[in-house]
Amino acid sequence: MSDPDPTPTEPTPAPDPEAYELTINGRTRAVPSAWLGESLLYVLRERLGLPGAKNACEQGECGSCSLYLDGLLVNSCCVLAADATDARIDTVEGLADGDQLTDVQQAFLDAGAVQCGFCIPGLITTVHDLLDRTPTPSQLEVREAISGNLCRCTGYGRILQAVEDVRAQREAAR
Amino acid sequence: MPIDRPTDLDAALASLSDVPSAHLLAGGTDAMVEITFDQRRPEHIVALRRIPELRGYRVDDDELTFGAMLTYTQVERELASTAPGLAMAARTVGSPQIRNTGTIGGNLGTASPAGDTLPWLLALDARVELRSVRGSRELSLADFVTGPKRTAREPDELITAVRVPRVEGPQHVAKLGPRNAMVISVAMAAVIVDTTNRRVRAAFGSVGPRPIRASDAEQQVSDAIDWDALTCPDDAIVHFADACAEASQPISDHRSTADYRRHAVAVLAARSLRRCLAA
Repeated sequence: MSDPDPTPTEPTPAPDPEAYELTINGRTRAVPSAWLGESLLYVLRERLGLPGAKNACEQGECGSCSLYLDGLLVNSCCVLAADATDARIDTVEGLADGDQLTDVQQAFLDAGAVQCGFCIPGLITTVHDLLDRTPTPSQLEVREAISGNLCRCTGYGRILQAVEDVRAQREAAR
Repeated sequence: MPIDRPTDLDAALASLSDVPSAHLLAGGTDAMVEITFDQRRPEHIVALRRIPELRGYRVDDDELTFGAMLTYTQVERELASTAPGLAMAARTVGSPQIRNTGTIGGNLGTASPAGDTLPWLLALDARVELRSVRGSRELSLADFVTGPKRTAREPDELITAVRVPRVEGPQHVAKLGPRNAMVISVAMAAVIVDTTNRRVRAAFGSVGPRPIRASDAEQQVSDAIDWDALTCPDDAIVHFADACAEASQPISDHRSTADYRRHAVAVLAARSLRRCLAA
């Protein structure tokens, strides 16, 4: 997982005549000439310069490309970009407010939950999704929630600690 | 590769009638992997996520109807008490991300021998509703799935819903794989102790070219159960497990061996039945 940006394996046949638009982090972005079979992950990274969603397995196994489609956590490698034209797409880039990290992002740093960092954008979006839906998850609920996000560095201990830290902080703030 | 994005059922059926070779895109968790890895090059795509008629589910007195675009997450969260076995099956699918997009209709359309919802649907004699501009028809799931990843769907037909009868009684679904999440099953069991009709229903996945119903095993154990006390002699449970294993038609592949799968069918069958009777 040390390679920060594996060469995309996605083939790129001739562009289709149809141009389309995507709404990403509240902004409308034109996708002028793409092959219509491209995944949302590919379009974000290779056509729109948004590399936050990471490209590892391209088959829904690793969770490193997780983002929100109409508020639902999904693997962007399994979304046809040209079918997301009327959806609200929110990526990891849209979470922080400038340099102001979210509580989840800060907790991952504080807990030492980041090693190579490749899986982290997917885990950050996943943990936000979990804690927004389930503010006080059990350990089993946390493990189930991140079961589709592979991390090959940390052994998950400090990731679980970071989730627990955010849960406690949010509870104390209520 | 043009893409149609119909916003109602009639428009979707018209698209399919115009281009019967079009690939139907439901949740995308199968199709996108095939497209990305160049195993599938659709000439045309009909995307189904905007069609209200395919969403949701209906609970009637005698029947449950699941729309084709019902996601695993919806099943898990909204149908856990109405269709407990289906909710158990849905919860074993992939990861939360996959369950948020993957659909029942997609599971049926792909018709993988390892399709996680198929054993439960088969055990309940599910009927698949197919629509086209020519009309609609219903097929039993047993007739719908004709082989591994093969179905009786005509090219211009769309899977619109799947129906099962409502039955009372405990249900259990068990999936075997290397871990709890993110696995394609090595073997899967769905057992329903149907107290409405006083019969045990049992079906299995990943142990044959299609989901397999263990009809003889069902009959024998149904005769052995005390339906008033909901108990069963232990030797009848063991016999049931062996008969289920006998009904399976497993092969050896990169996920497991035929021998292990046959053994797993017996273990999962007995475990599922015992859990139903203990519930």
